[in-house]
Formats: sequence, C-alpha cells, structure tokens
Amino acid sequence: MQKSAVRWGLLALFADGPKYGYQLKNEFDAHTSGGWALNVGQVYTTLDRLARDGLVESVGSNADGREVFAITGQGRQALADWFVSPVTETERPRSELAIKLAMAAIAPGVDVAAVVQAQRTESMRQMRDYTDLRRHEVQSHDVAWLLLVDHLIFTLESEIRWLDHVEATVLRRAQPHRAPTPAAFRPDDVEVGGW
Amino acid sequence: MSAFVLRFAGVSRIYGVGEQEVHALDDVSFDVAAGELVAVMGPSGSGKSTLLALAGGLDAPTSGTVSVEGVGLAGLDAAALARLRRDRVGYVFQDYNLVTDLTAAENVALPRELAGVGARAARREAVAALAEVGLADLAGRFPDQLSGGQQQRIAIARALVGQRRLVLADEPTGALDSHTSLAVLEVLRARIDAGAAGVLVTHEPRYAGWADRTIFLRDGKLVDATGPRQTPEQLLGRMV
Ligand SMILES: Nc1ncnc2c1ncn2[C@@H]1O[C@H](COP(=O)(O)OP(=O)(O)OP(=O)(O)O)[C@@H](O)[C@H]1O
Ligand SMILES: [Mg+2]
Repeated sequence: MQKSAVRWGLLALFADGPKYGYQLKNEFDAHTSGGWALNVGQVYTTLDRLARDGLVESVGSNADGREVFAITGQGRQALADWFVSPVTETERPRSELAIKLAMAAIAPGVDVAAVVQAQRTESMRQMRDYTDLRRHEVQSHDVAWLLLVDHLIFTLESEIRWLDHVEATVLRRAQPHRAPTPAAFRPDDVEVGGW
Repeated sequence: MSAFVLRFAGVSRIYGVGEQEVHALDDVSFDVAAGELVAVMGPSGSGKSTLLALAGGLDAPTSGTVSVEGVGLAGLDAAALARLRRDRVGYVFQDYNLVTDLTAAENVALPRELAGVGARAARREAVAALAEVGLADLAGRFPDQLSGGQQQRIAIARALVGQRRLVLADEPTGALDSHTSLAVLEVLRARIDAGAAGVLVTHEPRYAGWADRTIFLRDGKLVDATGPRQTPEQLLGRMV
C-alpha cells in the first residue's frame, strides 16, 4: 500500500478533533471495512512522522494515559493543499498487466487474444463480485466505504475497456490486408500508451 | 421439466449463402436458470442480437436447439410461439420497437390485453410497470413526444409487465445516463431475484457486473464465461 495514502488519510481524520493512535486505526478501518489492512504499528510510525514534520502535535494524555495528538495550523494548511492538488503519481497496482500485454503483443508465438480473454474473464468476475458487494452492503456502510468500492469498480471498467482496445489493436495490426477503409475514417494506429 | 428457463444447445445461425455467408452464431451452448441474469458482451457484429432473437423465438437457428422452460422452440407452431413470446418472454429491442400510435401506457398494456387480461387491469399493471421505471407521469404521451431514454424505459416496462419468466434485453441502457441506467438495472435485477431468468446484452462492463455471469462472443463463438464468486473477505482484502 502506498505510504502517502495512509499518511494523508490519517491526517485527514484529525480534521474533526484530537485523537489517540488506536482511535485513528479504528476510524480508518470503519471507513474502509478493514480493506486497507492497516496495523496499529503503521499508525504509530505514521503519527511519529506527522509529528516530526510538524503536521500534528502531542497535546498530552487522556484519562486512560493514551497520548493524544491534534492537527497543527501547518497540518491544516498541508491538508487543505493536499485536497486541492491533483494526484500525479499514483500507485499503479495493475501495471504488471500493462507490461504483460505489451510484451505478449511483441513476443513471438503468444496468442494475445487468449491472454486478453483470460484477463477479461477474471476482471469481469471481480466486477461482478464488487457490484454484488455494493448492492448488498450499501446500507451498512458510510459514504467513504461506498466511494472506495466504486473506485475499484470504475478501475475495473477502464481495465476491461483497455483490454478490448488491446485486442482490437493487435488484431488490426495482424490483418494488414483487410478491406480498405475510407481514409477519413481509418482507425488511428495509435500506440498503446499511458501506463 | 428442465431446471433451466433458457437453454442453447449447439446453436448456429448462418445468414446468406455462398460468398455472402455470415456465421452470426457458431455452435453456441449455454443455460440460464431461474433467478439468474446472464450478460452477453462482445464487439459489434459478434452475434449478440442474433443470440437474443433466437432466445426470444423471433428467429430460428440454422442448426442446434433453443428451448424455453424445457420446450424446444423448433417444435412450436406459429400460434404457440406467438403465445410464448407474449406471455412468458419479455423482450427489450435494441431500437425499442414501440407502437407509434399508442400512448406509453397503451404500449405497456398491449401484451397484457393480448394475453386476455381486461383493459382496466391491464392499464393498472401498465401504470405500475411505468412507475417502476420512473415514468408514471408520462403514461399518456405518445412515443414521438418522448426522449430516446424515456422511450427506452417504456420498452423496458413493456418487457417486465406481467409474470414474464424470461427477460431478454438488448442494450437496454444504451440511451440512458448512468443514474437512470442503475435505476433500470435495479428493476431488472429485482425481477430476476424474484425468480425470472434474464439475458442482458451490454457494451458496459459496469452494467454487466449486475449479472451473475457474463458470456463473451467473438465472431459468433462463445469464448468464455465468468467463474465462481469470491467472498467479501477476499474482496475487501484488495480494497487498496
Ligand atoms: N438479417 C441478416 N442478414 C445477414 N446478416 C445478418 C443479419 N442479421 C445480422 N447479420 C450479421 O450477423 C452478424 C451478427 O450480427 P448481430 O446483430 O447479432 O451483432 P451484434 O453483436 O448484436 O452487434 P451490435 O453490438 O452492433 O449490435 C453481423 O455480421 C451481421 O452483419
Ligand atoms: Mg446488436
């Protein structure tokens, strides 16, 4: 998991008041159904770094003796900046797929259509299962959870569309003698890019 | 009787002859059980509408058999086939196919009236079906007084009215925005969950996600279908 996603996610939880470490973990889990598998050690490490960078500060201990942190003025500013800045370097969890298909397209003897189809079947299976999950559990979660599941669904959608594109591109390249298309409508021979 | 509402066994459909021959479907076999929705995906021209037309008895295979509720369609005479299409199969056409000189409510009521339901009862059922797709207010409009998306939803209401056992929908969300599409999928899914069987042709992976399985067609051949479900724990472990 991307470190900065956790760092900013935790800092954002301070926006509504001071908190201690375990409380942060519980809140984070509640919003993501534990899907991020955050352990309490990670929470404390991240808290230390946030304090070191001056974004949160210790404001003493609560009745149970737990150290409580609050967001600083600098932290609020950084958080506000983060919300309005576009994400430019995201983690690319599926880049292995992009590499696999690009290599399949140039390696001799690989049936690209079969590679595409195997992936499409798997991606569609995930699509079905996340859609099910969303339909059945939409009532029992908050909007943060919902948006995270939707993110997966939309990511899968673009992946499946990209697979269609890969298949069509490879097939077109493999059949140079097809019936001529009027020049104005000739499908562009774009290279696969963007990953 | 078969447990499957729809069964394709080795179905091929060839259009034209000789040079002009098109293998629109090539040896396709699959089943759809009661309570199951199957999505059909594939590039344009891959045979999706052909498959649906065969399932609905609007067209006959060149070889192989199509059965609905255990009855082979090839064995039915024209009258029996018409009855089956009217009473048990709801069909949403890719181009809606509404009767232009009937109002929205009359279009939806038509299959019920033809099935022998009294005019009043048919109208009541029609208005209820229109309400399900969010169009109760437009019951008195004629198709040419409606937007494309509204016409499409009327076609969906017409396919769902009554106790259809099999719902066949060809791109039923093609003209709808994302919010309306999801509302239509809710209605369709509720019908399936109540025991109907359905086939949904779609280009949208996100809408195919509402089906229990997706089958892919390429050049008339069925290439694959989605596998078994994963548990919520497996799914949420990958939420990042
Ligand atoms: N009546 C017909 N006569 C001759 N060929 C036909 C006829 N109907 C369909 N075809 C051909 O059969 C193939 C499959 O057509 P079909 O309409 O099933 O495709 P589709 O998958 O529904 O495409 P789309 O996504 O564009 O709706 C195409 O090559 C089409 O040209
Ligand atoms: Mg079609």
